[in-house]
Amino acid sequence: MDKPVNQRAWILVLPVVVLVAFSSVIPMMTVVNYSFQDTFGGNEFFWVGLDWYRELLQSERLWDALGRQILFSVIILLIEIPLGILVALCMPKKGWTASLYLVLIALPLLIPYNVVGTIWQIFGRSDIGLLGRVVSDMGISYNYAQNAFDAWVTVIAMDVWHWTSLVALLSYAGLRSIPNAYYQAAKIDQASRWSVFRYIELPKMRGVLIIAVLLRFMDSFMIYTEPFVLTGGGPGNATTFLSIDLVKMALGQFDLGPAAAFSLMYFLVILFISYVFYTVMITTDKGEAKQ
Amino acid sequence: MASITLENLTHSYHANPQADPDFAVKEVSHTWEDGRAYALLGPSGCGKTTLLNIMSGLLQPTRGRILFGDRDVTAISTAERNIAQVFQFPVVYDTMTVGQNLAFPLRNRGMGASYIADRVQRIAQMIGLEAHLDQKARGLTADLKQKISLGRGVVREDVNAILFDEPLTVIDPHLKWELRTQLKTLHREFGHTMIYVTHDQTEALTFAEKVVVMHDGLVVQIGTPQELFDTPAHVFVGYFIGSPGMNFIPASIEGRRAETNGQVINLANDYGNPRGEVVLGIRPEFVALANGSGLPVKINHIRDAGRQRFVNATLFDAEINIVVDADIEIETDMTNVTFDPSRLSVFCDDWRIDAGPLEDVSGDAF
Repeated sequence: MDKPVNQRAWILVLPVVVLVAFSSVIPMMTVVNYSFQDTFGGNEFFWVGLDWYRELLQSERLWDALGRQILFSVIILLIEIPLGILVALCMPKKGWTASLYLVLIALPLLIPYNVVGTIWQIFGRSDIGLLGRVVSDMGISYNYAQNAFDAWVTVIAMDVWHWTSLVALLSYAGLRSIPNAYYQAAKIDQASRWSVFRYIELPKMRGVLIIAVLLRFMDSFMIYTEPFVLTGGGPGNATTFLSIDLVKMALGQFDLGPAAAFSLMYFLVILFISYVFYTVMITTDKGEAKQ
Repeated sequence: MASITLENLTHSYHANPQADPDFAVKEVSHTWEDGRAYALLGPSGCGKTTLLNIMSGLLQPTRGRILFGDRDVTAISTAERNIAQVFQFPVVYDTMTVGQNLAFPLRNRGMGASYIADRVQRIAQMIGLEAHLDQKARGLTADLKQKISLGRGVVREDVNAILFDEPLTVIDPHLKWELRTQLKTLHREFGHTMIYVTHDQTEALTFAEKVVVMHDGLVVQIGTPQELFDTPAHVFVGYFIGSPGMNFIPASIEGRRAETNGQVINLANDYGNPRGEVVLGIRPEFVALANGSGLPVKINHIRDAGRQRFVNATLFDAEINIVVDADIEIETDMTNVTFDPSRLSVFCDDWRIDAGPLEDVSGDAF
């Protein structure tokens, strides 16, 4: 059977093609263009091939930032996922208190990133900040502006404060979708609270948890605003994550070529890790279902 | 194991129940004798599941008590009551294998590993899950999942009772019969008290020794399938049991004489002079088509079901169903119906009234 060919269909997809071209393809290609050339402004470009990539891959600065980035993402995932689940488990299941808790828990998500940074910047100051002052007065030496460890603790606490809510809300939605019959059956089977969590709640939350981990990983891997406002990447380079380093390189030093190469590699790393992560989660899901 | 007694049990899902419609269960007193197989039959929404959940302790009754033997368990948790319950839709622990699912209630009660292994093997064999024991539960079909649920329900030997809440709803029709038979086998073998909730009369009548019929939050009759068929205690039982259900004819009664639309029907007994809304009930099986004598009807349609024919007719502006055996010819001049007087039931304000022992039933009703 011959399908009628109608070339006019191209016109129908044209708006989308134009939109995608201007919103992602063209900007992306500009970056690609920069990454293979050297420029000193004034619209003068010199072809350098893969030089920037080679240089970056050999630079300790990039690898250090990547290491810090990975460490940061791992730590906040290890804290935020279990904590979010715990918060969701403790939330009331119905009634007006449930709505109240939902609103309260969602609040940090509504605060602009730089405001979050500012809040914690002031909160943690050892001269006037509530947290910094209290901790210092307890005899613990604490100064996020001078001590690398303190800076890390503060950045992580800030991220946990800002984003655990997201995990909690997703987990809560997952929990609410479990039919009551499961809890009733567990009671009949005389399951302990731990068993209910382990064999009913956790497996049923699996889907939303995959999304939570994915979202939190990608987001934390791209974190910029909050640590920039809080520590500016310091002390030294202690909290200089990939984005902060990238901005320093592109805007601070105006090394457009290397920064473009950096951006592309950064993008590919996130894409790759997310892809691997997603595939692994989905295939184990399917594999178990098929067994 | 012990008998289970419900004392003046009422339940409402409202926080502050006032009138009758607020109650899902209205004052039920009943004893489930130890080791018997009961069916709890009633239409959807009549309070069956509520009653079941109260017995297993998943719900606290608004009023009334539950006793196991002589022990008041009203305030006792589900776990301590040690009751098994199977729900309408399959509940399986997705991440466990079928075998682990079956073993779960036993493990929670701290049974020994070798006992658990034996018992799981045995139950799996009985309900046909042997081949699947090592499979993960999550990928299985609804049929198999419900079998797992059933298996978990019957795996414990020491339970006080096993409650089934319409457990075969999701099961394929051809499997229903098989599983119900297996449940009966289990009952014979282990002698647990079993209470089987259903809205399907065939299921109820084939499973149970005694059927408890619920209607609108009340237990309206408890009896053997035969009793429900012959002497329904309530208009609802007459209507709900049997297919098609009982025919009802509004009438006024004085002694042995019933009158409806100017026609007189002679009764087998003296029913006195009942006040209230009186109806006569007669099952379609005991209505006969006749020619000349009896009440006038107009036949609407006849459905041939092989062994029997179902006749639908109009009697005084109301419908009447008649079941005619295949060996009786239906003639075109059969424009009357007669009733077997010994099979007539009399209801006053929905409840059956009896008139002492049956007297002479040989006479014609007209």
